[in-house]
Amino acid sequence: MSVDLLVNAIIAGLLLGGFYAAVTVGVSLSFGILDIVNIAHPAFIILGSYIAYIVNQTFGLDPILTAIIVLPAFYALGAAVYQVYYASFEKRGQDALRGLAFFFGLLFVTEVMLILVFGVDYRYVQAAYIEYTWHFGFMDLPFRMVIPCVMSLLMVGLLQLYLSRTFTGRAIMAVSQDQLALQLMAADPIKIKRTAFAISIATASLAGAFLIIIQPVEPSVGREYIGRVFAICVLGGLQSLPGTVIAAMLLGVVESLTATFSGPSWAPAVSFGFLLLTLAFRPAGLLGR
Amino acid sequence: MAEPLLHVENLGKRFGGFVALDGINLSVQPGERVGLIGPNGSGKSTLVNCMCGTLHNETGTVRFDGRVVDGLAANQRTHRGMARSFQLPRPFHTLSVAENLRIPLLYTAHSRSGRHLSHGEIESRCHELAALVGLAAKAGKLPRDLTQVEMRKLELARAMAADPKLLVADEAMAGLSQSEVTDIVDLLIKLNQRGVTIILIEHIMRAVMSFSQRLVVLVSGKKIADGAPNEVVNTREVIGAYLGE
Amino acid sequence: MRAFLFYLFSILVGGLFFIFARWLGNDYLFFAGYTVLQFIVLATAWNILGGYCGYVNFGSAAFFAVGAYSSVAMHKLGAGVDRYFPEWIAGFMKLILPLNIPTLIILGGIMSGLVGLGTGYLTLRLRGAFFAIATLALAVVLQTLIVNWDFVGGSRGAYIIRPSEVPILGSYIQYLFLVMLVLSVVALATARIIEQSRLGYGFATIRDDEIAAEACGVPTLRLKLIATTISGALMGMAGAPFPYYIGYLEPSSAFGLAYAVNSIAMPMIGGTTSWVGPLVGALLLGTLQQVATVTISSAVNLLIVGLLLVGFVIIAPKGIIGLVQDFMRERASDKGLPTWRSRLAIFANMRPGAR
Repeated sequence: MSVDLLVNAIIAGLLLGGFYAAVTVGVSLSFGILDIVNIAHPAFIILGSYIAYIVNQTFGLDPILTAIIVLPAFYALGAAVYQVYYASFEKRGQDALRGLAFFFGLLFVTEVMLILVFGVDYRYVQAAYIEYTWHFGFMDLPFRMVIPCVMSLLMVGLLQLYLSRTFTGRAIMAVSQDQLALQLMAADPIKIKRTAFAISIATASLAGAFLIIIQPVEPSVGREYIGRVFAICVLGGLQSLPGTVIAAMLLGVVESLTATFSGPSWAPAVSFGFLLLTLAFRPAGLLGR
Repeated sequence: MAEPLLHVENLGKRFGGFVALDGINLSVQPGERVGLIGPNGSGKSTLVNCMCGTLHNETGTVRFDGRVVDGLAANQRTHRGMARSFQLPRPFHTLSVAENLRIPLLYTAHSRSGRHLSHGEIESRCHELAALVGLAAKAGKLPRDLTQVEMRKLELARAMAADPKLLVADEAMAGLSQSEVTDIVDLLIKLNQRGVTIILIEHIMRAVMSFSQRLVVLVSGKKIADGAPNEVVNTREVIGAYLGE
Repeated sequence: MRAFLFYLFSILVGGLFFIFARWLGNDYLFFAGYTVLQFIVLATAWNILGGYCGYVNFGSAAFFAVGAYSSVAMHKLGAGVDRYFPEWIAGFMKLILPLNIPTLIILGGIMSGLVGLGTGYLTLRLRGAFFAIATLALAVVLQTLIVNWDFVGGSRGAYIIRPSEVPILGSYIQYLFLVMLVLSVVALATARIIEQSRLGYGFATIRDDEIAAEACGVPTLRLKLIATTISGALMGMAGAPFPYYIGYLEPSSAFGLAYAVNSIAMPMIGGTTSWVGPLVGALLLGTLQQVATVTISSAVNLLIVGLLLVGFVIIAPKGIIGLVQDFMRERASDKGLPTWRSRLAIFANMRPGAR
């Protein structure tokens, strides 16, 4: 086993992990804080990827730039989805079954619609930096992974600041703990929750752009990410953003090592296996609550 | 002194950094009527949850009917003879009143009586219980068609359906009118005369005083008084806890 | 009396369809019919855990595939007896292999039941949401394991040579159709028996309020494990004949998304509170999909299923039978007397645990 192969696998894993954190942070908001099992989150990410793809194809615009421009649209979409969810399920006190089925339906419909519109071919974007790789001795740092990783960590960091420093952000953290107290502070819990969910979908827009920079995308790619996202979320401890980043990096490294030394066909099992093991043995997460 | 039916020793429960219960000691003799009072947030419901198995205590032991029940799931404790009603009624909302009462009869009664009840016996017990709490006319209705008061009565009746040795009634009378409170107190006393030990958790002082043979007071997770009702309500600590010092 | 009527009625209907299809002489009806019957089993199985207990299973495909691949494994074992077994066992094995379909079904059921039990044991102590996510994970993990298992063909897939003729009936597909018909009746009967039993009541309490159920003495963990095992086993039984039906089995078709979506959509659209719901849902959606696949495309028909699922979940959460129930209840209360409609409702046991 060569050292540079090992080191490069670990580096690739860490870079990938940074990106995984961006993918997961949306679910940390919707599941960790709002207790909504939005398994359709990867569908929104893939949607973001395809939008970045179209704009890139038509106008040659950088995907990350596209994502930032489209951010308000995703925010609005998130708010709309939450309204439907709230009106149909939370208000009526429906059992969790229907909420889950709803999101599963959304995931499914999005995937099939993408297949119908774009077909099952892999799509990728063109950007100036995608081809470059930094070389440090035997270490390889491909730009197509470094940029998304750095931007991901930036996004997570900004979100953490928002949640801990702004009034709305802190209200969001509070709403998961004590809705009544929030109401007494003259903040509307429904509006706060809607904001949180909308932010979570907005992060999907950026995550989608990062995704299509890292790898070519086709509609069923989203489903691979469900396991990853929830594995990281649970492992990182549902409400902790720093925990999410650590768990994401851990998963990234393990996946990378598995792909390098056991072959890529085993990679999907890693995240889902992680998830099953975590749920079975340590559901409170690594930094457990 | 005979072996206590329920013996809680040094019970402790925390939620993260918050200490809900701190070294609670409580002994209940068979056939007793015990009242448990305390300001909101003092840990009464947490104590009930730990005793009955809905929550697991971190320290201390719970002994019921001579055996340690700490590791047992809630349903196993119910099989041993511990039943409780919930502070906020939790009826099975897709089942009718009669069906709600049927559940403990289907799942617990055989443990208590040593044999499976026949279909006919279950039906008659259902109707008997429904009549006892005045819900006979509404036996076929769903919980959403009941008034708040009727739901509380259903809650109590369902706990009684489990044929318990010990019944823990958690604020069963909130929102009831004066006469309804009297009815429930009479019902519980009648039950007690049939041999059921009862722990009554209540805020309605009139009910607690007329019902209890012994009064226990909980404040901020600690037991501060335990004795005859008239003496307990006149101690300094208890008055202080309620009026503030 | 009602039970007897139920079995008689279902056998009559199935038998009539069979005779009609044979008279038409077109094998296509048998192929299509097999798929619809398969969905009846899957939808009913899903509903035992999902509708009755309230625990969502996203990994129906996993249980289905376990059944399918245990058949493939037995087939490969039978084809290569001399290669896999020492001589003194080989002779004996040649007598019992290849196994016939009913035996394979039982085997598939056992394997899937065990998988269900295992998954349940690992995750049912947690909240329902975690269980649902775990079932998703299970499907992917199992698929990855199968893809990497060369004995059953891995990603290349496996060919199953099926006999072209069967004594008495003639066509093999007609035999498979009958087998699946019997299996559907078994599944529906299982669901119906559960509903009317103490177990059905216990399941309902788990769905309504698990904590209150525990307080009433219901052994919730044990019941959930029972539900998961029965549900998984039935799905595995549905999967066991599949390789023989399709002739060539590869992981992406065994673990196909269509199974996960349909096994959720059919009960939720049909109605989750009784055994009639999954039946109605499977018949309607199954037939709709068969028609759509032929006339439009298979991707579009899956889209329709997905849209219907989302639509029904939002607008009509009690499903088709819920809508019918509400309609009947209004009509019955108009007259105040039991009408033939409300009697029909009681016959179909459209209330949980109604006797």
